[in-house]
Amino acid sequence: MPSIYLDHAATTPIDARALAAMSDQAAALGNPSSLHAHGRATRKTLEDAREVLAAEIGCLPSEIIFTASGTEANNIALKGLYWAGRDKGKNIVVISSIEHHAILDPAHWLATHEAAEVIEIPVNHNGTIDLEFLANLVEKRGNEIAVISVMHSNNETGVLQPISEVVSIAGEIPVHSDAVQSFKKVPLSFSQLGVTAMSLSAHKISGPLGIGALILRRTIEIPSLLHGGGQEREIRSGTFNAPGIVGFSTAAVSPGYNAAAVSALRDRFISAVQRLFPDAIINGLASERLPGIVNVTFPGTQSDTLLLLMDGEHISCSTGSACSAGVHEASHVLLAMGHSEASAQSSLRFSFGATSTEQDCDFVVSVLPDVIARGRAAHSL
Amino acid sequence: MRLIAAMSGGVDSAVAAARAVEAGHEVIGVHLALSANPQKYRSGARGCCTIEDSHDARRAADVIGIPFYIWDMAEEFHDGVVEDFLAEYAAGRTPNPCLRCNEKIKFAAVLDRARAMGFDGVVTGHYARTQVSESGKTLHRAVDHSKDQSYVLSVLTVEQISGAVFPLGDTTKVDIRKEAEARGLAVAQKPDSHDICFVPSGDNAGWLRDRLGSDVGPIVDQSGTKIGEHKGAYTYTIGQRKGLGLTIPTPDGSPRFVLKIEPVTNTVVVGAREDLAITTMRGERPVWCGPAVDGQKHKGFVQIRAHGAALTCTYFIENGLLVAVLETPLLGLATGQAMVIYDGDRVVGSATICETQ
Repeated sequence: MPSIYLDHAATTPIDARALAAMSDQAAALGNPSSLHAHGRATRKTLEDAREVLAAEIGCLPSEIIFTASGTEANNIALKGLYWAGRDKGKNIVVISSIEHHAILDPAHWLATHEAAEVIEIPVNHNGTIDLEFLANLVEKRGNEIAVISVMHSNNETGVLQPISEVVSIAGEIPVHSDAVQSFKKVPLSFSQLGVTAMSLSAHKISGPLGIGALILRRTIEIPSLLHGGGQEREIRSGTFNAPGIVGFSTAAVSPGYNAAAVSALRDRFISAVQRLFPDAIINGLASERLPGIVNVTFPGTQSDTLLLLMDGEHISCSTGSACSAGVHEASHVLLAMGHSEASAQSSLRFSFGATSTEQDCDFVVSVLPDVIARGRAAHSL
Repeated sequence: MRLIAAMSGGVDSAVAAARAVEAGHEVIGVHLALSANPQKYRSGARGCCTIEDSHDARRAADVIGIPFYIWDMAEEFHDGVVEDFLAEYAAGRTPNPCLRCNEKIKFAAVLDRARAMGFDGVVTGHYARTQVSESGKTLHRAVDHSKDQSYVLSVLTVEQISGAVFPLGDTTKVDIRKEAEARGLAVAQKPDSHDICFVPSGDNAGWLRDRLGSDVGPIVDQSGTKIGEHKGAYTYTIGQRKGLGLTIPTPDGSPRFVLKIEPVTNTVVVGAREDLAITTMRGERPVWCGPAVDGQKHKGFVQIRAHGAALTCTYFIENGLLVAVLETPLLGLATGQAMVIYDGDRVVGSATICETQ
């Protein structure tokens, strides 16, 4: 029986070149912060990797701050930019209502522990943010806003957000964008976008786990979360993860992800779902989206039941939403898009990647009718 | 068979799941999240369904090598078990929530969902046995009588028992722990859970007071004379002697016991030990774990507590109620508890005690 992986938005197979580069580096000796020959050798490799990644994301090498994850990059950016703003009397944190928990939770933490005022930008039924809301907010209270953070694309629906417009509305206000899902999937340039800060993660682009990056404009100074050896502009102390960094930059320039091919697979899947289940809702269908993500609501089902049944058919997909104590919460993204609790709880995310095939897509389509029928039977009790 | 293993994170359900796999069944582990706001960790034997328990269950499933999921049954548990528990106490009865959980959650909500999804049944770590005879599958006591849980399973219908698998009924608890150790299950020495899982503090009276209020009311003797005050009638149980706080002694100095709880008047009635004695109990809503009992009188045993003694009795059906007449009088029997009828080791059925005399 085939085993099918349609959860590339969670993590995707590591690229062979990245793995080789990483394991070579793991065998090399030398702390990049050391001044001796061993240290210099590692430092050289690491800085080469940084330049390669900088060219790929369209920033200066010095604008890259390596972190252990996208979550860490988000935390440094949001908290750091908030604290920097607060020093100038600005107390508002603006985020979209569909941010990943790695922005949502630090924002709420800032509200609870640092007395920040958090304002969420609503989204429309198609999953894109309300620019008019933002424009009004900036017009009325712009001088109080410390930071605006809007994700480049949504991890659950794949819907792309109008970041250039956000930047132009923001004017002088720092803008951060979580671009973890977008990097290498759609054209992305830090400098062209004009944001202040951006978060990336290696394992979403066929790089290794445990390495991410915060891209932060070189003129911006923010307080750090981790204090110590003073690495990375004293914003992120800690011994450099040289193998991870080398793996990250190798993955960033490795061919493999063909956006056109992946979106063709996605569309093949969407048409089949629409044909089989006329009542299914493809969330965000009317919006511009990432090539690989499909989020489907199957009315009259429950996501965790469907997930179990799909797993039983050797298909790995996801609900896309967070767990609370192991229990799937109704997705805040789908709720923000106007779904009811029940309907948000009956949705699955299928995410295609570089290694996905038409056979994968067709096999999933072949088992869906039985899985959905059983899922509906279990839910109708 | 394709089975759902209900895995609490304890040693019993872990070994039960492992045994079911070994018996050749296709098994999927499921941890039931029964609290909407679970605690992070468990303290000693109290509470369950903490985050730590769900991690233990997941780890056991991974070691056994079966898929694992968490099912959110918090709403069903609250409505079917917790609310029922409160309503019963408020009505002056003493309910057993474990029975209710088996009846409404594990072998109803879970079994129904499992069947709808294409599974054949539910496997649990209960200490009980089933046997297949001409009249179908029947429920029996576990070999280890000290751990026997057939009492709390006596609310299962024939239909529910047909979908239940109890792999531990033939083994003692001591051996189950040894087996868990040998299987590399980290929960081998995890303490057993006791008490009521949704009252993690273990303070049942306090928990009830918080939810039902603590209206002060009279404690009266059998003539109706007020001899004291209580702090919420439902926190007392029939037969209770301690904690009554009575300062007026009886004429002969003998102790007083709770005889009756009257929720409508919020009154607790106390009296002498011999007034607790009953010989007949009647139970409503009888459930048969095998062939139904007819109007004829049968000799057998009745058990009225989870690990209580099996009392010799004659049982029969009268006006739709299950009646048990004891050979030897019994002291202190609260309504609301389950009376479970045994024919030897076989569970005949059960009913909720509504009347004693």
